[in-house]
Amino acid sequence: MSFNAVITWWTENTRLIELLVDSLWETLVMVFTSGFIGFAVGIPLGVLLHLSKKNGLLENTSMNKILGTVVNIGRSIPFIILLVALIPVTRFIVGSSIGTAAAIVPLTIGAIPFIARLVEGALLEVPSGLVEAAQAMGAKPMQIIKKVLLPEALPGIINAVTITLVTLVGYSAMAGTVGGGGLGDVGIRYGYQRFDATVMMITIVILVILVQMIQSLGDHLVKRVDHR
Amino acid sequence: MIEIKNVNKVFYQGNKAINALSDINLTIEQGTIFGVIGSSGAGKSTLIRCVNLLERPTSGQVIVDGVDLTALSEQELTQTRRKIGMIFQHFNLLSSRTVFNNVALPLELAGVAKNKIKSKVEDLLELVGLADKRDVYPANLSGGQKQRVAIARALASDPKVLLCDEATSALDPATTISILELLRKINEELNLTILLITHEMAVVKGICQEVAIIGDGKLVENGTVGDIFAHPKTDLARDFIRSTLDLSIPADYEARLHATRTENSYPLIRLEFTGASVDAPVISHVAREFDIDISILSSNMDYVGGVKFGLMLAEFIGPEACANKAIQYLKEQKIELEVLGYVI
Repeated sequence: MSFNAVITWWTENTRLIELLVDSLWETLVMVFTSGFIGFAVGIPLGVLLHLSKKNGLLENTSMNKILGTVVNIGRSIPFIILLVALIPVTRFIVGSSIGTAAAIVPLTIGAIPFIARLVEGALLEVPSGLVEAAQAMGAKPMQIIKKVLLPEALPGIINAVTITLVTLVGYSAMAGTVGGGGLGDVGIRYGYQRFDATVMMITIVILVILVQMIQSLGDHLVKRVDHR
Repeated sequence: MIEIKNVNKVFYQGNKAINALSDINLTIEQGTIFGVIGSSGAGKSTLIRCVNLLERPTSGQVIVDGVDLTALSEQELTQTRRKIGMIFQHFNLLSSRTVFNNVALPLELAGVAKNKIKSKVEDLLELVGLADKRDVYPANLSGGQKQRVAIARALASDPKVLLCDEATSALDPATTISILELLRKINEELNLTILLITHEMAVVKGICQEVAIIGDGKLVENGTVGDIFAHPKTDLARDFIRSTLDLSIPADYEARLHATRTENSYPLIRLEFTGASVDAPVISHVAREFDIDISILSSNMDYVGGVKFGLMLAEFIGPEACANKAIQYLKEQKIELEVLGYVI
């Protein structure tokens, strides 16, 4: 395929390209909005899960059990079911159960327990001796969280963010079920249901590039903050 | 400065109670370097962690600088801990912070102003000899350098007491010596009370003025280092002292060693000298007096806390009767003596 052929294809398929650009934008909006809200809730939840553990800094086993159970329930519901099951909640929050904004609600709720567990894991990697040293220095619990636990777990947390965003790209493909749009939806409707291999390939290539970019950016950031 | 009164610590493993510390009493004077020695699992780590209440004693009192820590509220304890520095076997530096920022951490926690932090940290890095490493991350430092950073960090809040939890156990011998030198220097310059725990008698010998020996969660013996070395009362104390002067039997002799005397075999004897007997010329005296030859396999003398202390491994060559008389005489001279066997 020569350069001219690409140009010709481009000019002949403006509608398709518009569709792809729009759906890419929808994907980005869904992934990053739900990701952002998910981190805002999921990271503190992960910290809480870690701290309330037995022998944790703010040991509270009953709260830990309750949080843990809630998180596990959230994690065990298949996303496609969550998407549909949450329709009343979505309607209450955004006023409609169809569209990109509507898809963000289940994506966010699906992401929160996922992030919480990943962050909990990242915090677990921080050697307990560091917390002890901080306690011996006379650090208050909030200071330990802010100055020791979170900075020391930062590489792990960034890694968790990366994994979550990539997972959300995958989840967002299902958002088409509730009319959320996005690249995955285009791939399914035009590529799979209409047997249009070109569209299928293009959406896949764009998704691959998107995932690669998120992963590379994440890896790069981890490298920058990781001094272990 | 530090008073440990009737401290007990019980851990529970399932339903089984384990007495990690039983009825420990210790008083540590201002400005001393006090060593606590014990084997792994003896409870010494638990003991030092009880001093700043990282581990809360099951019963008993811990009084530091006149304040009973066990009676304080959580907030008061946090404040009081700022006056008790601590360093650890594995340094526990924050990998996310540079050397400068690690040392600055206790000051940040206490809410000290930025410019004050800067001058204080620079002074401390100067003191521990790491001024040129201020912007380096701990991952790029050697073990000894990491411990120096940890010491600087522990000193940042001007503590009155420094607790050293196996601070040199992860370091090689040469680095251990340099860290001990540094501890001695800060003890002298800042009149800091230092409590250190270790399983190495060499560390106690190196810098401590007083020592306590603990075994199985109990305080076995304590006193000035000189006293303990000169007159150890318990087997445990004797074992630790021996460990500093390593006198093992050469393999060649070990193979030829027998439990009973036969013809052409001579006793292999370990002699322990303490105090005055170190200086007395007993060996040549015994050789002359009892007409035996003494072949010295190895000998080691040390000077600890103002007391001389020596160990010797020797073969007494001569007729059985003469050798026995010589042994009898040496015992009368208050020299600890043990016949290890007979070498053919």
